[in-house]
Amino acid sequence: MWAYAARRVVIGVMLLLALTLVTFVLFFASPADQARHACGKQCTDEQIAVTEKALGYDKPVYEQWGMFVKGLATGREFPADPELKKTHPEFITDCDAPCLGYSKTNGKTVNYLIGKAAPVSVSLAVVAVVLWLAFGVSLGIIAAVVKGSIIDRGIVGLTLIIYAFPTFFLGVFFLKFVVVKWGILAYPGYVSIAEGGVANWLNNLLLPGMTLALVFLASYVRMTRAFVLESLGEDYIRTARAKGLTSRRVLFKHALRAALTPLVTMTGIDFASLLGGAIITEQVFAYNGMGKLTVDSSQAWDLPTIIGIVVVAGAFVILANIIVDICYALIDPRVRLG
Amino acid sequence: MNNEHFLSVNDLQVHFKTADGIVKATDGLSYTLDRGKTLGIVGESGSGKSVSSSAIMGLHQGTSARIEGNVWLDGVDLLTLSPPEMRKLRGKEIAMIFQDPLSALHPYYTVGHQIAEAYRVHNAVSKKHARKKVVEMLELVGIPQPERRFDGYPHEYSGGMRQRAMIAMALINDPSLLIADEPTTALDVTVQAQILDLLQKLQKEFNTAIIMITHDLGVVAEMADDALVMYAGRAVEYGPVSEVLTHPEMPYTWGLLSSVPDVTADTDIPMVPIPGNPPSLLNQPPGCAFQPRCVHSSKVPGDLCKTTMPDLLPGSHGGSGHLTRCHLPNPELIYETEVAHDVTPTQSEER
Amino acid sequence: MADTDESQTDGQNSVDPSEVEDAPSLDEVLQQSHKPTELDTTAPPVLTVDNLRMYFPVHSSGVIRRKVGDVQAVDGISFEILRGGSLGLVGESGCGKSTAGRAITRLYKPTGGSAKFGDRDLVKLSTRELKPLRRDVQMIFQDPYSSLNPRHSIGSIIGAPLRIHNMVPKKQTLSRVQELLEVVGLNPEHYNRYPNEFSGGQRQRIGIARALALQPKLIVADEPVSALDVSIQAQVINLLQDLQKEFDIAFLFIAHDLAVVRHFCPEIAVMYLGKIVEIADRETLYQRPNHPYTQALLSAVPDVKQAAIGGRRERIMLEGDVPSPINPPSGCRFRTRCPLAREICAKVEPPMVQIGPRHKVACHFAGELGNHPHDPVTARMLGVDNDGNPDPGATPTEIEETPGFNDVWFDLKERRTVKPS
Repeated sequence: MWAYAARRVVIGVMLLLALTLVTFVLFFASPADQARHACGKQCTDEQIAVTEKALGYDKPVYEQWGMFVKGLATGREFPADPELKKTHPEFITDCDAPCLGYSKTNGKTVNYLIGKAAPVSVSLAVVAVVLWLAFGVSLGIIAAVVKGSIIDRGIVGLTLIIYAFPTFFLGVFFLKFVVVKWGILAYPGYVSIAEGGVANWLNNLLLPGMTLALVFLASYVRMTRAFVLESLGEDYIRTARAKGLTSRRVLFKHALRAALTPLVTMTGIDFASLLGGAIITEQVFAYNGMGKLTVDSSQAWDLPTIIGIVVVAGAFVILANIIVDICYALIDPRVRLG
Repeated sequence: MNNEHFLSVNDLQVHFKTADGIVKATDGLSYTLDRGKTLGIVGESGSGKSVSSSAIMGLHQGTSARIEGNVWLDGVDLLTLSPPEMRKLRGKEIAMIFQDPLSALHPYYTVGHQIAEAYRVHNAVSKKHARKKVVEMLELVGIPQPERRFDGYPHEYSGGMRQRAMIAMALINDPSLLIADEPTTALDVTVQAQILDLLQKLQKEFNTAIIMITHDLGVVAEMADDALVMYAGRAVEYGPVSEVLTHPEMPYTWGLLSSVPDVTADTDIPMVPIPGNPPSLLNQPPGCAFQPRCVHSSKVPGDLCKTTMPDLLPGSHGGSGHLTRCHLPNPELIYETEVAHDVTPTQSEER
Repeated sequence: MADTDESQTDGQNSVDPSEVEDAPSLDEVLQQSHKPTELDTTAPPVLTVDNLRMYFPVHSSGVIRRKVGDVQAVDGISFEILRGGSLGLVGESGCGKSTAGRAITRLYKPTGGSAKFGDRDLVKLSTRELKPLRRDVQMIFQDPYSSLNPRHSIGSIIGAPLRIHNMVPKKQTLSRVQELLEVVGLNPEHYNRYPNEFSGGQRQRIGIARALALQPKLIVADEPVSALDVSIQAQVINLLQDLQKEFDIAFLFIAHDLAVVRHFCPEIAVMYLGKIVEIADRETLYQRPNHPYTQALLSAVPDVKQAAIGGRRERIMLEGDVPSPINPPSGCRFRTRCPLAREICAKVEPPMVQIGPRHKVACHFAGELGNHPHDPVTARMLGVDNDGNPDPGATPTEIEETPGFNDVWFDLKERRTVKPS
């Protein structure tokens, strides 16, 4: 299994590098002048030329990409100018490996920017995934067990109605009623665990987490329901009943284990994609997560930050897939990794 | 109350309510079976042979099935039992093995674990004790290295080994009735021979009554004491195997015999099929269900076959033990003169 | 439950008023049921398969995946199918019979050997060169439920090959489809129905009509009746016999059921673990099999005649399971389960030897049941002693393993090559 994971990691790293190359090429193929965006609107042509040189935009794409890859491995300095370093070391920004780049727009390394934004998105994703799994799976199981009844139709119908509402509506709805009108919760704002402890962290994440979870709830209810029903129709369920097991044991021990396995894949992929940022939810609740960083850097043509986000988000997805595959092998003895 | 026989099924009906109407999967089915004996139930898909046996197991509880009649097992009418009472009998007094052992075993649990579960649900014993018992059973059904195989998963077993494991699971509580639903259909012939041998050996050892559900008349001939031929949810011929298969009196049974050539017989027998398709169990016509496919119904005077369902009555040969559901006045003669000669020459030669 | 579901779908057309007819009379049925197919041994071969091999690679599970071995699913099989004839390929699951069928129809790319169809070799042709030949070689599958697309009407299913190969002008597709439906015994007016409206036997007829659409010269039928009820099996077999006679189609009939094969195929090859162990005409194979595996297979079939006597027939019991085709046993592959196996069987692989006019067997101790020789019949021709060790004194004879049969053969009793008088 470890050999398998190692092989997958190697392939994943190569995939990531290819991803960055594609991003580089796409950006440089666009008609916009990178240096002008990086320097700012008031820059003279001369200043732009200096910026271009300082950031390496004068070099061909593949060379820039090479520098980026090298920076990932060994770290970089911005601007890469030995003379400037001698005369004015205070102008040089160090960027340790794995260096994702330097955002001239923000005057910060990309590592710093992502380091600030990622915990917000990760926290949000964790709370959301716990909420939607807890409610989605249990409601799905209930709906499957009482298939065809009013409760079943109610659960499926209600979650579908919720699904039909756009995220920003749900978010604004929660803010307006739960926070402003009824005053149940304080206005949420991100507080890290280190700053405010777990309770505070969770309290602030409850509303945005719920908003995000509701989006996924409907599909998880329906999938769980379908998988449980399918599993209940399997021959081995008949065998379990023929043994004289109680219906509770048949359901929980025999049906659910097989039914919930496919959910691992879905959860892994959905969770990973959320780590790259939940753009709308972050906007509604004014959380400075990866989603907001993505929007800001795209609007500012902040190429280094965008590439950094691509790498990090891509890495999350690849890692999640490897973890899902390993989970599968642990759950299902028929799956042999190799 | 019927105490004469160990198992006595009386006028069993299993009906399913569907959007299109009532599906009469099994209707008016009666038979008896004693300990240590085997009943072979023969029929094609949709004949009701599996549905009726699942009803004995109480496996239709919680579905839309409407079950009527009596199933006396050792003096108790199983159909009057509450679900918890029935559950206590399932797997203990009545056990079942299925057609496809791969799908009948849970893929995520070890074979040993699944068999031990069957034991522990009816016996309050420790895991360790259960493991010992399971290993004994695995050895009994001929699985090599049972200690090691206990921890194997179903997919690591071969088809024959899986069915052996299913048999071990079914017999671990020493049930008095075993329902084997096409136990060898999914297996290769050489493996089928092994499994049938094993079942016979274990039946002697445990004195189990076996209901063997199959479509293979050869299996019935070799395994069963009594044969029950089902068509469209009803018994059409019932009696001792030596009677039913050597002096069949119902055209459907003739058709079954003639459509499967015997490997050991002459190489030049024609293969005579039963024309047409299996009937619908919805809105059954009033007459004999087999009439639309019956090549002999013209020998019955008038429209009798189309209008009146024949009763299951003692035939002309073999006395009161051999029952047939057919209007033909002289089936024995027709079989001798028209069917046996053209269709199964080996049988007529033997006589 | 499955039982009732099936009967419901099956029943849908039997309540259709257009199909409710009186049953045919016994004479009509007898007329439609045929005697076993006979073979014209003078006909030229349609398909000549020589040393066909189909391996599937097995990879290691390290960081770098190396090929560590092969599943030798089919390992050097040879046979001939004569024009209008049919060869039965029989064996238990995992013996490679289906793989062989798929390799010949080029659903797989064979690893080696040749399959001459006319003057061309199906093994060597590229996918593009194969397209015209796809017409001539068709396949019928086992499962009539999953091999028909449920979203297409049967008219479109049967018409698809006609369109793809431009067999008939567009306007005539429908009439040709109806013709085909009639040929396979279905109502031609039902072309716009969907597969779920048909019973299993009728679906298999649809599959047959689809295969017939291109007027093939060879049909590979992979277990065409094993998913059907027994009463329907006989109908389909009789239909195939009609079609074979009418259109002069050669069949490779793959099955595990010895009874069905015997009726349809005048020649039968028995496979075990990727190899053919015995191949012979019907009469010989069923009455006088010489390979212990064929004998065991035949003896394992439950026998209806036993009803008169009661109990089970004495039979040759094979112990254990079929070994893995990744690491097949040395020498003879059947030796691990063979009641006759001796030292030589582990050391030398038995060659395929022709022992009768149309009878070949690969066994060191070939002989009729109860008459197996005490010392290997093959030792001398292989140049080994009776234990399979190289015998410096003996000169091995050239053993010619050709797909077809020769005029001369090795007589088991006299232990020499004989020529029929």
